[in-house]
Amino acid sequence: MKMNFFPYCGHQHAHPHQHALAIETWDACANYIGHAQSAITDINIAVPSGTCVALVGHNGAGKSTLLKVAAGLLPLRSGRIQILGHPIGQCHQRVVYLPQRSEIDWRFPISVRKLVGSGRYVHLGWLRYPNANDHKAIEEALRELDILDLAERQISQLSGGQQQRVLLARAICQDADLFLLDEPLNAIDVQTQAIVARVLKDLRKSGKTVVVATHFIDKLSAQYDGAVYLNEGRQVQPAQGNFTGIPIGKK
Amino acid sequence: MMHWLLEPLGYQFIRTALLASVLIGMTCSVLGVFVVLKRMSNVGHALTHSALPGLVAAYLAGINLFVGALSAVILTALGIGLISENDEVYEDTAIGIVPMAMFSLGILMMSQARSFRDLSSMLFGNILGVGPSEMLLIAVITVIVLGVLALFYKEIELFCVDPNYARTIGVPIANVRFGLLLLLALTVVAGIQAVGTVLTSALLVAPAASARLLTNRLREMVLISLSIAVSAGFCGIYLSYYLGLSSGAAIVFVCSVVFIICWLVKWMRRS
Repeated sequence: MKMNFFPYCGHQHAHPHQHALAIETWDACANYIGHAQSAITDINIAVPSGTCVALVGHNGAGKSTLLKVAAGLLPLRSGRIQILGHPIGQCHQRVVYLPQRSEIDWRFPISVRKLVGSGRYVHLGWLRYPNANDHKAIEEALRELDILDLAERQISQLSGGQQQRVLLARAICQDADLFLLDEPLNAIDVQTQAIVARVLKDLRKSGKTVVVATHFIDKLSAQYDGAVYLNEGRQVQPAQGNFTGIPIGKK
Repeated sequence: MMHWLLEPLGYQFIRTALLASVLIGMTCSVLGVFVVLKRMSNVGHALTHSALPGLVAAYLAGINLFVGALSAVILTALGIGLISENDEVYEDTAIGIVPMAMFSLGILMMSQARSFRDLSSMLFGNILGVGPSEMLLIAVITVIVLGVLALFYKEIELFCVDPNYARTIGVPIANVRFGLLLLLALTVVAGIQAVGTVLTSALLVAPAASARLLTNRLREMVLISLSIAVSAGFCGIYLSYYLGLSSGAAIVFVCSVVFIICWLVKWMRRS
């Protein structure tokens, strides 16, 4: 760790425990602030490191909520969760969250390169700006998502598919171990779908843990090692014949 | 023409006013860019109005007006932040109530005071009456606001574009938001000196909003906003000198005219 590093969270980042599960939850319950109704109830899952797991369910099934809890955006109301062997927020530099596109202010005047570069911020902390190595990582992420030609463009001028690629490029740029991706395949063009699928495959091959919220249930077996099915905030058994893969649910 | 430009510069109070208008213009217009982009202009509007009771109280108690204004504005910023932290009262509701309560309290307190001359300068500003101590405070506020924006630029930018991602990497979002409100409070207190409590929010929003119409790039937006605010300050002071107009109203009027011109330019470009 460099001397002049002032981390955003106010404490030094912890390192992931070796052999720890990427995500483990015990009866995790959460609700949105100001809402009495639970968004997720009694979730018990164990996601091994290096696997690619789908969270499957309809809109409102609790997929996004579970990802937000794992990313530290929503507090648990009860139960427990560990990320890479630590409580939430201890080693968040190794965890990256890809929000749904609607959660970003796309009208803000910032270039694609700058937004992708914000993926490096967790390693920089307060008062430090990207150096040559960071710029190299940014360049590589842009190339990986095939948006090098869009680098200087303003984010307000992007199509939906391009927006998705920019967000994924930022996630890659953070160089994390655990990827939490919220609907990365939703409402995008065919070209972007192919690129996203390729990137997911590469991440899986390079030993990263990837958790993807999705409502596409076809082709799961080809792209994922396991799947968790959610309905109305609870884990459910998949319908007969649907893909399950390695067991992720603990009960 | 030269004579027309140079004649007012012969007076010390005009030179001071011009310098003050440059500093205030810089502070308001640069912070204004973030206020406009983060859609906080209603908060800016609210804070400017809530300074009044602080100003009047300080005036009646015979203490520094800045101290009074700053305390009232910071109290309001705190109050709005606190109320809007949970969703039980929406932020815009709180903004609709708290500042107007403060403003009416200020008016009630004004009716207790005798001299209306000083009080009208609280409402509409008096940049031609800036003294050395006010000048120093304006300069300190300028340095603080621009310095903090420069130091924490990348976090503020990320907070504006994607606050959720900022939270996942540990950025204390609530503190960043509160820090912005504090900067806003300081800026408002400086702006009040130039254009008064009623008009400061225009100085904060109009130059930045005009710049937003002309460009899609942040750096250009800051530069354009800054040029508009500083030139409006100059125009306002000259108009006030030659036509005997209220300087604060003249400055804000020039800003508004520039905004309308920018809007027309944008409109014509599109059609």
